[in-house]
Parts: sequence; structure tokens; C-alpha cells
Amino acid sequence: MATTVTPVKLELRELAAGVVKRAMELGATAAEAVVAEGSEFSTVVRLGEVETLKESGSRALGVRVFVGQRAANTTTSDLSAEGVEQLVRSAIELAKITSEDPMGGIPEAAQLGEVPGELGLYYDDVYSLSNAERIEQARRAEKAALAVDARLTNSEGGTFDASVGHKVLANSHGFVGEYRSSYCSISAVPIGIDEAGNMQRDYWYSVARTLAKLESPEEVGRIAAERTLRRLGARKIKTQKVPIVFDRQTAGALLGHIFDAVNGDAIYRHASFLAGKLGEKPFGGNLTVIDDGTIAGGFGTRPFDSEGVPTRRTTVIENGELKSYLMNTYTAKKLGLATTGNASRGLAGTPGIGNGNFYLQPGEKSQEEIIKGVKQGLLVTEFLGFGVNLVTGDFSRGASGMWIENGELAYPVEEITVAGNLGEMFSNLAEIGNDLIWRGAVACPTLRIEGMTIAGE
Amino acid sequence: MDMDKRFFFEKYGLSERDLEKYLGAALGAGGEFADLYFEYLTSTSLSLDESMVKSASQGISAGCGVRVVSGERTGYAYTDDLAPEKILHAARTAALIASGPAKTPVVSLKENARPSLYPVADAASDAELSKKVELVFRADKAARAYDPRIKEVRASYADELRRILVIGSDGTFAEDVQPLSRMSVFVIARDGPLSSKGSSGGGGRNKFEIFLTEKTPEHFATEAARQAILQLSAVSCPAGEMEVVLGPGWPGVLLHEAIGHGLEADFNRKKTSAFSGLLGKRVASDKCTVVDNGTLNERRGSLNVDDEGNTTNNTTLIENGILKGYMADKLSARLMGLPNTGNGRRESYEHIPMPRMTNTYMLAGDDLPEDIIKSVKRGLYAVNFAGGQVDITNGKFVFAASEAYLIEDGKITAPVKDATLIGNGPDVLTRVSMVGNDLKLDEGIGTCGKDGQSVPVGVGIPTLKIDRMTVGGTGS
Repeated sequence: MATTVTPVKLELRELAAGVVKRAMELGATAAEAVVAEGSEFSTVVRLGEVETLKESGSRALGVRVFVGQRAANTTTSDLSAEGVEQLVRSAIELAKITSEDPMGGIPEAAQLGEVPGELGLYYDDVYSLSNAERIEQARRAEKAALAVDARLTNSEGGTFDASVGHKVLANSHGFVGEYRSSYCSISAVPIGIDEAGNMQRDYWYSVARTLAKLESPEEVGRIAAERTLRRLGARKIKTQKVPIVFDRQTAGALLGHIFDAVNGDAIYRHASFLAGKLGEKPFGGNLTVIDDGTIAGGFGTRPFDSEGVPTRRTTVIENGELKSYLMNTYTAKKLGLATTGNASRGLAGTPGIGNGNFYLQPGEKSQEEIIKGVKQGLLVTEFLGFGVNLVTGDFSRGASGMWIENGELAYPVEEITVAGNLGEMFSNLAEIGNDLIWRGAVACPTLRIEGMTIAGE
Repeated sequence: MDMDKRFFFEKYGLSERDLEKYLGAALGAGGEFADLYFEYLTSTSLSLDESMVKSASQGISAGCGVRVVSGERTGYAYTDDLAPEKILHAARTAALIASGPAKTPVVSLKENARPSLYPVADAASDAELSKKVELVFRADKAARAYDPRIKEVRASYADELRRILVIGSDGTFAEDVQPLSRMSVFVIARDGPLSSKGSSGGGGRNKFEIFLTEKTPEHFATEAARQAILQLSAVSCPAGEMEVVLGPGWPGVLLHEAIGHGLEADFNRKKTSAFSGLLGKRVASDKCTVVDNGTLNERRGSLNVDDEGNTTNNTTLIENGILKGYMADKLSARLMGLPNTGNGRRESYEHIPMPRMTNTYMLAGDDLPEDIIKSVKRGLYAVNFAGGQVDITNGKFVFAASEAYLIEDGKITAPVKDATLIGNGPDVLTRVSMVGNDLKLDEGIGTCGKDGQSVPVGVGIPTLKIDRMTVGGTGS
């Protein structure tokens, strides 16, 4: 199905531009407004029966104003004329109590713009199914999972979700930009029980911007079942140091911590172990990390960031050298650098930093080959908890996975932690897989890391 | 009805006839039960960074969620436009979950007495903005004054006032006004090449005055700064199984993760919890009695009524080690034949309610905290945590210690770096061998996430000794 060119919804553009105009009339020296509109549908089918069916739409509006060097922002779901007037007045009023920040401000007019061309972010087919068909997708995913093995006796269900969003950004340089986005997803969460009566669950999913690219419910269900089954009979292992292989999901989580560490917001406040390391080579020569907000159809793709600056491709780490932080207008000014088009926010709050499509450059070997090269070690397939200290890089998270014996997966492992330091971990990438697959806005191939500690018995 | 209670009627011109009409539409295709949840939320937040209040935000969010329950099925739709035709549309959408003849809802809406656990007239949100701004500046000053090695300070203040109205086809009629506020302070210390962080915060459903008397900016700032300075000299945390002593208060997040979620009725109805079928069985040592109590005055996790309109309760979950009860909402209570404990909560009108915790804590025991430390030959004393997570189905849970010390030969020695602790929910409490006489609740900063919905909660424990737990450090 081809991308649909959507008719411009004039009233949303006018609303956003009107809010900016009103803010300037009331004394703002610069202003930005965001209008976000969205619809969501979700259903859960559990043990063959519909459990929930949810369908709704919403609209909200936010404004950020500068009065000189003082900033404030307000949001509302009341889009009536009075609601909008109150929104703007409150923001101007609120700006009286904030501090003069010499670095504050919206981007320069020359920095504004959009990535040209069709980015493939919106397909109206995600909303084309009837409720009965949507329920059927969820039902099929669960059914396929439970059919794989008699030990799969329970389930948290199969799901089908669809959503569409429409975002408009306007600012006092006269910029008005908008884009639509769409998502659909299928998931299954089967539960298995082992001989000792212990339960395990795992999940799998497929997410896409168009139904045409969504994996079949049967494929999703089958993989979910395999993932649950391989956990049955999991045991604890001894406390030890062995090579650890992280699969794509867990490696992606590790790479997500690297994103947090190159976030310009954390850098200028020295809240990251990578602060002050620009131009240095804190990592091994095999590490290259890129952020690209322009990949057609990508989950992290947008034509412009939350300040109206075009997104772009930024090489963050190249052959172990820290080449760039990821920044918005404010953090770039603080660091004496230029924005990388990574401003991010919901409605018009203070912009933070968001990634585009953030990935680690793949290597040569398949996951199978990487595992084959490990005499004794651990394949980590899931993390539990959030034990990461970005200031020091210290990392300690709960984990489960598979023990590796002589290059083969031997048995499932649980109730352990894996710990190390992110700086050292990414300096000790013994292997980088060739299996880069986009299942979200952050993607990482399989990684083998040396020198980490497993805590168990 | 007093003024406050007429809020939605006044503001949106609602009448009881309208409400009956909406419920009628919701049950237009059958279904056993329907409810409407109106919400009007105002919020303010301020944040200070580099000694400047760089941002201030205010927001208004209003909407109505309509739920229709048919057997085990739930249909849900919401609208952020409270015009009658929009609410009717949401009701008709939610109604699609059922497929039968229309039902007439019970129309005798009756309002039950509700407690008054928190101030409304002079809630924190009513204070002048300038007073709120002063709090974050005071926190900044106090943190920097603590030690010259404190280099970065972020301080924030946030409050909200949530007005709700819940109307159910079972006759439920409940209104509440729920204030909530908090302060938090995050600092970074630097000493040569070493960096560390510290954080602290708290609040509740309290008057603004509490930030001027008890939970002052200086209190939180000093605490965050103390942690950061301490961490500058932290050694690697050992790895492996050892004795663990948890300090009183916030380390109660152990209960929240290890057993709390596992005792939410929905997981047990579906038999997906590691605690399924354990009612009446031993799940903890006989020194352990754990409750979920939504009725404490002004606590962050407290509610006069839950988000289904039921008054909250003090529910005994574990009594002397025996599993006594689950936390239930309307749906679970009806389907499982359990008492409704008033634990039906939701993040907002956009969300379907489900069983959630309120304030979950363990009652005090007889042991003196110093005796507990003295009894440990080699172990970990953990006093602050950064949150945790649980896998309900296999019972494995983690929580990350952000301030912990070695215990060697009965004495507290070196501070250790951050480390995650991991255990198994159904048996971790069976290893509790000592329970202190010093029960403390947390300062009021906890937020719990479940199925993508966040709600404010409280936790607490007295000093506890766990005979064996896995500690996830890097040292030996």
C-alpha cells in the first residue's frame, strides 16, 4: 500500500499559528506552540476471549513563551476559545517567576526547516480493519503461541494495537510544520509451566507503520512460544566472570544507555561519564554509533525536531572516537556547539533530547557464530530493573538468559545480575554481530562483552 | 452537596439525568456494569538548574472515560471534550464490547460517606507561585552549602489537584478532590577525577506548609548532598549471595516488588502470578505482617475513594507469614468472589482501572536495629534504593541500592557503589529472620508503573534482616 498524501488540516495549523500570534500580542518576545491530535485502538484477547477493547481520540495544545530571557510553558486539553486564551495568559504570567537564562531561546530562523521528500511515516491502512478483524489478529497471535507446545497452558493474551498521530509545530519566526505518523502492532505473551510447577512467561511482537509490513500473527505467536519455552527449568548459576553475549534486545538496551550518556543535557551538567570526552577515544576501535532521524519509514524518523530544526544523520562514535553529542538548541549553546536536531518533547514543555534512529554499526558474524566462539559463558536475553548510574557508568541489572557450554546453548538461567561499567563494557566489545534489525528507534546487533561480573549463588 | 462536590455539575452543566443517559448508552448493547470517570486535573511544576529556575509549567487536563464490563470483557473509550454528544459517543463506543439486548442501568445513584484524609481548601497547589519558587532556591543554596564538592544541583517542585467524579450503573456516585505535591533534589559531586550523584525528595497529599516545617528544602538538599559526598569514597560492591539488612523506610520498595504486585488480584484471577493459589499458605517468616493501607492521612498513596468510587481500606496481605488476601478492584472482586478492597486505580481518564497498591508496608517487630546489624558477620546494609522491577510470573524481582554499606563482624564499614539486588518473591520473606521495632514510611516520592500506567504509591518497612540474597556488584 502506498503512502497517502494527507490533506492538510487547516484548523490545526491555524490554531498553532494563532496561539503564537496571541502570545506575541500579549508580550512574549518569542513563542512556540504545539498541537497534537491522536487516535488509539487496542485490544487484548486472552485464552481466546476478548478481554479489553479500547478506542479513543484526543487533542491537546501546548505553548512555550519567552519574555526576554525568561521562559514558561503551559498545556491544556481545553481547545475552546476561552481555554486557549487562558493557556496563553497563564504562560505569560508564569514567565514572570522564572529566572533570566542568557542561553534561553528558540532556534534562529535560519536553522528551521524540514527534511525534504516523503519520509514514509504515515499509512492510513493501520486503521482500515474492522473491530472483528483486529480482534482476530490478536486471537490468532495467541492461538499460534499456545499451539506450539502442551506446556504452554496459560497466557497474558494476544494484542493488536493501532494508532495515528498528527503533530503541528509553529513558532514566532513564522515556522509552521506538521507531520502525521502511524503505528500498528501485534504481540503475544504465552505462559509455560515446567515439571516442577514453576511458571515462565515471555513475549514477542511486531510493530510497523503500515499493516503491510506487520509480521503475521502466527509468526509473532510462534516466536513468543519459543522464547517462553526456552526459559522453562531455569536455574541460578554461580557468581563468576565469563564472556557475556547480549542478544539484539538486551544489546539494544545497553546501546540505549550510551544514548543517555551522549545526551547533551546530561553532558553540560556533567551528569554523564562521557562529559568532556568529545574528540577523545574512550572506546575500542570497533565501535561506531550513528543517530539518523531521516531514514525513510524509520521508527525514530521525523522531518523536523521539536523546535522545528530539520533532523539529520550524526556520527556519534566513529571507530571508538567520540565525535558528537546529541543536542537541542539550548544544550548546544551551553556546550558552545551547534544543535544536532535532536530536540524532543510532548506538548510544548521545555525541550529535552530524543534520539532519531540510533544504532551501532554491525560487524561480520552471525549470532550463532558468536555463540559458537564462547567456550563457557552466558547469553543474556532479558534485563530486569534499571540499575545504571550514568554519572559513573556503573551498571548492575537483573538478567536471565541461556548458559553457553562449548559454543552451544545448554540451559536457561535466571535470578542473576550482570554488572560492569558502561565505559569499560563498550571498550571490551569482543564481537559485534551482523544482525542489525530495526524493531524500534534504537537498534543494536548481538554483542559479546568481556570482563563483566555475574552475581548468582 | 457542598460546593466542591458540585464541581462537574457546575463547570460542565451536567445533571443526574445526563449521567443516567450516558450510562444507558453504555449499556445499550447489554453488559453487566458500566461506569463513567470524570477527571479535571490542574498541575504546576518548577525546576531549578544551575541556580536558575529555567522552566515553569502549568497544565489543565480534563476528560471522561467510559467503561462497560460484560463477563470478563471490558470495553473502554474516552473523550477529552466533555460536550454531551462526545460523552455519548464514547459511551456507545465502549458499549460495543457487549452484544445483547440493551440493559437499563440502576438509576438510584447514592453517595456513600467518604473519609477526609487530606486537606483540600489549603492544598499545596493553592500556595502562591513565589513561595513555590522560593523552595527550589532554598534547596539549591542548602545543597551547595553542604560541601564545596557539590557542583551541580537540580531542584524541582510539582503539585497537582485532581478532581474526580465516578458514576456507576451499580449506583456508585463518588466525588473527590485529591491534592498531591512533591519536591525533589538531585546533585552531582566532583572531586578530581571522581564523580558521584545523590538524590532525595518527598511530599504527599499535604498542605503547602509541610515544605516549610517538616519536609523542608534544606532537609532534602542536605540528604541528596550527603549521599553524593558519601559515594565519592564508595568501594566496589561485592557480588554473590550474602546476608542483607535493609534500613527502615524507602527500602520497603522490596515489599512492593517482591510481593506487592504478585498480590494484585488481576494476576491471581488469571493465575499468572507466582503467588496464585497460595492464599492461606506460608509465604513469609512468622515475623512478617504486611498491609496495604490507603487510609493513612496525607500520604502519597492514600485515597478517600479509589478510581472506581470505593473507599480505600487497610488490607492485611500477610499476617505472621501467612498469605491472607489480595488487593482487588470491582472486576476482580466480582469474578473471584473476593472482597473489594478499594484498590481499583488508574492513571487518568484515558486508562482502564485495575488493582494497584496504595501504601504498602510491614508492621514493626521486636528487634532493636543495632542488634540486627550486630548479628551479621559479613553482609550488606542497604538504606536507599533507586527503584525496582518484578516479573510477576516467575516471581523474580530486583531493586537497585543507591546507598549501601558493607557489614563486617557486626559493624557497618565502607560505603559501596550502586548495585542491584535480585531475589524470588515467594521465598524472599521466608528468609526474614529479624524485624526491627523502627517502622518508617518513605518520604512520599514513589511512583509505580504497571501496564503503562503510573500512579503515586507509598512503601515502608522497619529494619529487616534477610538471611540470604544475591547482590549484584563487581567486587569479591
